[in-house]
Amino acid sequence: MTSLVETGIDTAKVKTGGALIGYLPLGFPTVDASVEAAITIARNGCDVLELGLPYSDPVMDGLVIQRATTVALENGFRISDAFSALEQITADVETPTLVMTYWNPVLAYGVEKFAQQLKAAGGAGLITPDLIPDEAKLWFDASNEYDLDRVFLAAPSSSKDRLQRAIEVSRGFVYAVSTMGITGTRSDVDTAALGLVERLRALGADHVGVGLGISTPAQVSEVLSYADGAIVGSALVQALAAGGVEALAQKALELASGKPLQRS
Amino acid sequence: MALRDELGPYFGEFGGRFVPESLIAALDELAAAYETTKLDPSFAAELTHLHKTYTGRPSIITDVPRFAQHAGGARIILKREDLNHTGSHKINNVLGQALLAKRLGKKRVIAETGAGQHGVATATAAALFGLECVVYMGEVDTERQALNVARMRLLGAEVIPVTNGSRTLKDAINEALRDWVTNVDTTHYLLGTVAGPHPFPVMVRDFHKIIGEEARAQVLELTGRLPDAVAACVGGGSNAIGIFHAFLDDPSVALYGFEAAGRGIDTPEHAATLTLGRPGVLHGARSYMLQDSDGQTMESHSISAGLDYPGVGPEHSWLKDLGRATYRPVTDVEAMDALRLLSRTEGIIPAIETAHGLAGALELGKELGPEAIILVNLSGRGDKDMQTAAEYFGILDGAVK
Ligand SMILES: Cc1ncc(COP(=O)(O)O)c(C=O)c1O
Repeated sequence: MTSLVETGIDTAKVKTGGALIGYLPLGFPTVDASVEAAITIARNGCDVLELGLPYSDPVMDGLVIQRATTVALENGFRISDAFSALEQITADVETPTLVMTYWNPVLAYGVEKFAQQLKAAGGAGLITPDLIPDEAKLWFDASNEYDLDRVFLAAPSSSKDRLQRAIEVSRGFVYAVSTMGITGTRSDVDTAALGLVERLRALGADHVGVGLGISTPAQVSEVLSYADGAIVGSALVQALAAGGVEALAQKALELASGKPLQRS
Repeated sequence: MALRDELGPYFGEFGGRFVPESLIAALDELAAAYETTKLDPSFAAELTHLHKTYTGRPSIITDVPRFAQHAGGARIILKREDLNHTGSHKINNVLGQALLAKRLGKKRVIAETGAGQHGVATATAAALFGLECVVYMGEVDTERQALNVARMRLLGAEVIPVTNGSRTLKDAINEALRDWVTNVDTTHYLLGTVAGPHPFPVMVRDFHKIIGEEARAQVLELTGRLPDAVAACVGGGSNAIGIFHAFLDDPSVALYGFEAAGRGIDTPEHAATLTLGRPGVLHGARSYMLQDSDGQTMESHSISAGLDYPGVGPEHSWLKDLGRATYRPVTDVEAMDALRLLSRTEGIIPAIETAHGLAGALELGKELGPEAIILVNLSGRGDKDMQTAAEYFGILDGAVK
């Protein structure tokens, strides 16, 4: 019953002062290429992987990620492809790997069946951007049964009670949304992030990742001065889309150079 | 408990809130503000005054005997929401929410629109109350409802064509939700139908239930009894729930919703959510929806922009499963035939959305017989659809059939 993601974050904290959590969509540009891309960032400084399941109506995502997941769906991506991709990735690298998914694909596939196959493919758990704890009964049951991590979101606007609840029910980390907004690159990470992490800490959170808008090593460094993980998505997707896995590896290394301790 | 008293967040196993955490505080704030204002007599008085002096309420009812001859002789009575200011039922909800937004201190409103009627109503209220207004509209819909785009712009709203996904109503809602997540401090999302996360389905319904309340009393006065059936078209379901609501606990009154079957429910090109969909989560609520086996939303198709939506409000899913309301599909062709028939027999040009309800009523009349009274929600007028209708019937100059 130990959390793969918590262990991964703890190890990264000891080694480099914090974890770099890298997001990439599954199936982009193709299923095989997305396997290679995930392995690439795992080998180039990402301590935890967050792989997005392409979905027709991604309301939390900005244009960069929307474009990528649209390509994946146009290429015929299926949920079953996610599990085969995960299997290949987790066979190759030990990096704990979460799947980020909107809720309807999980519901449609069957929550229990999804959890079972996620576990079988070596997945660590789920990040669920449009599932709040209030609606998550089925997922609590399934994640308990299959010993999976579950990452819920906390927002600057969340009440104290809701933050408390997010901490209680999350396993792996609490995803602190750095800004009121959607994914995308931004020139500066909102000061709201620091305030939110402080509130979460005061309520006892010991694993907090900050995401949305982080795209430079300086931002990684800033975030890791107060949080346990820095989550980067659009910047990696942009690099992959523009320059393939080579550009992606370079971008991951560059972002990892923002970690507080530089030894490996 | 009476069916009319359902207050959400759930309707049976439908409804709820499947949205990013960033929106929860705003939804809580909205729900609380709505609960308070609902009990505040000054709010009700303000809205009633606006409806009387601006919307043009109560809307009349109209007997349509020449049209009804084509419905097996049943008596058909129309509730004339087309005569409201801006030309459809949508204004009922918009004025209510705009007043609420003002009380919440929001300076900016955003809206999604399909047919453009909700966008026009929102732009109208924004002009009336001095609010900034942004309307998201699928690119496909900006083309087929170009006249309404011009109306919104003339009213001072910014219309943003949405170019991703199916480029229709579903994607306009996605884009509006993204805007709202980002600007929730200053912005009220003025959702245009009884879908979305709680409290929208309940609140929007409450702002529209005046349709059925008026119509129930009007039909009683005119005919001395309740109608046998109440019919409406169903996109997201706001005009239908608006006219159904007052009758929910009248067991003698059958309720019928007519959704868009597009080119036919045996083709992939339809929007028959309740007929062919399965329960799932879309746009913040659990409800019937059109989806593939992986839970990806399927694209809907309808000649009517306002019904071209692969989801439906959760209260309708509940009423369907309870067996309290019946939902049937109506094709593009059936709807356009009904549109022309009402125009030619009664001198009333309905919106294409509305025409789906009229086509349904023609069938209902034949089933229920000449003694039956059928009340139909004439949800909107057809001016906005002239381009589509003229092309469909080939009656533009130079294209005469
Ligand atoms: C005249 C009219 N009727 C009906 C609809 C469908 O919406 P709803 O099902 O919410 O009433 C629309 C939507 O644009 C409309 O303009």
